Amino acid sequence: MKFNFNSAKPIFLQVAEQIEDAIFTGTFKEGSQIPSTTEISKNFQINPATVLKGMNILVDNKLLEKRRGRGTFVSVGAQSKIIKNRQENFYNDYIVNLVHEAKNLNIDEIQIINLIKRGYKA
Amino acid sequence: MSEGIIIKNLVKSFRKDVILDNVSLKIEPEKIYGLLGRNGAGKSTLMNIIADRKFSNSGSITLNGSTIHDNDENLSKVYLTSEIDVYPDKFKIKDLFHWVSDIYKDFNNDLCKKLSDEFKLNLNSKFGNLSTGYNSIVKIIVALCVPADYIFLDEPILGLDAKNRDVFYNALIQTYSDRPRTFVISTHIIEEIANIISNVIVIKNSKILIDDSTENILASSYAVTGPASQVDEYTDGLNIVGSEALGKIKSNYIFGELNDKPIPDTVTISNIDLQKLFVNLTDKE
Repeated sequence: MKFNFNSAKPIFLQVAEQIEDAIFTGTFKEGSQIPSTTEISKNFQINPATVLKGMNILVDNKLLEKRRGRGTFVSVGAQSKIIKNRQENFYNDYIVNLVHEAKNLNIDEIQIINLIKRGYKA
Repeated sequence: MSEGIIIKNLVKSFRKDVILDNVSLKIEPEKIYGLLGRNGAGKSTLMNIIADRKFSNSGSITLNGSTIHDNDENLSKVYLTSEIDVYPDKFKIKDLFHWVSDIYKDFNNDLCKKLSDEFKLNLNSKFGNLSTGYNSIVKIIVALCVPADYIFLDEPILGLDAKNRDVFYNALIQTYSDRPRTFVISTHIIEEIANIISNVIVIKNSKILIDDSTENILASSYAVTGPASQVDEYTDGLNIVGSEALGKIKSNYIFGELNDKPIPDTVTISNIDLQKLFVNLTDKE
């Protein structure tokens, strides 16, 4: 996990994003236990309440589940849920910016499609 | 009832100098506060008055509804790091720890031993012979082990090297997780503690300038950067707390709300960190 403390995003959101990213990449596997609030707090020297606030976002989204007295675990199905979610947001997260910048650079539709084709071949 | 420490209209002056000018504050249970201010702003005096080590000229301080002053029950809930300065210089550290653990019956002896190891503290050293760093370390250890609910750490990292500061921050987080209680920490190394503190109190010229959650403060701190004239035009009417210029590029630092004016393409708005905000806010008289 990595935090950009100068980012405009509040730290608790960054905590949520970083854990989500670790589930997405498979670093935190479904059904496995993730580090405790205290461990994450100490590692990055972040207030435990901030870490908990970030984790609770993922608990609310059912990506994590708390097991009483045992810790926090990655929910079964969490990874595919994240993938589905990111697919749905792909247009807004990437395509909109890509087309905006392409227009600024006078790159037209045909050229951009060719660039995408080139990207897939690389 | 756990409503915390409530300070109302506190005034402290010494001869002709006003040290605290009508300070009102609430210190809530189970939070970690950063108490920030330039040298001489009044941080230590405020802590000493809350812990009943110094007296105010007027104003009131209560803990959970009753006074702290001359109230043994409430005094046992408040601890200030400089309290151990009253021990004789010739005391060995191990005797000092014994002494403190006799006074506080729930003193955490296990944690005291663990932290002494982590900081590589020689328990046979005499209190008066310690370096600045180790003097701070002894104060930190006692503060984290006493059973009080409101711990005031007055410049705890004074003289500590980078490794020992790290040990301190981790020990603070661990003990806070194990037993949530309030810590009020005065420090000048804001960068290192910015993400650990949940609340920030800034004292400037004897008055409280800011008292809010770290999250709220950071969410209303901005740098507006771009060509000087456009930056000045956009930030006109906003609470500008400072600015910096590099050639024709200028940054105005804002603390507070932005306006609904359209943002020119040449101007970028970014967030600033606590240290930068503090430096700008406390720069001028």
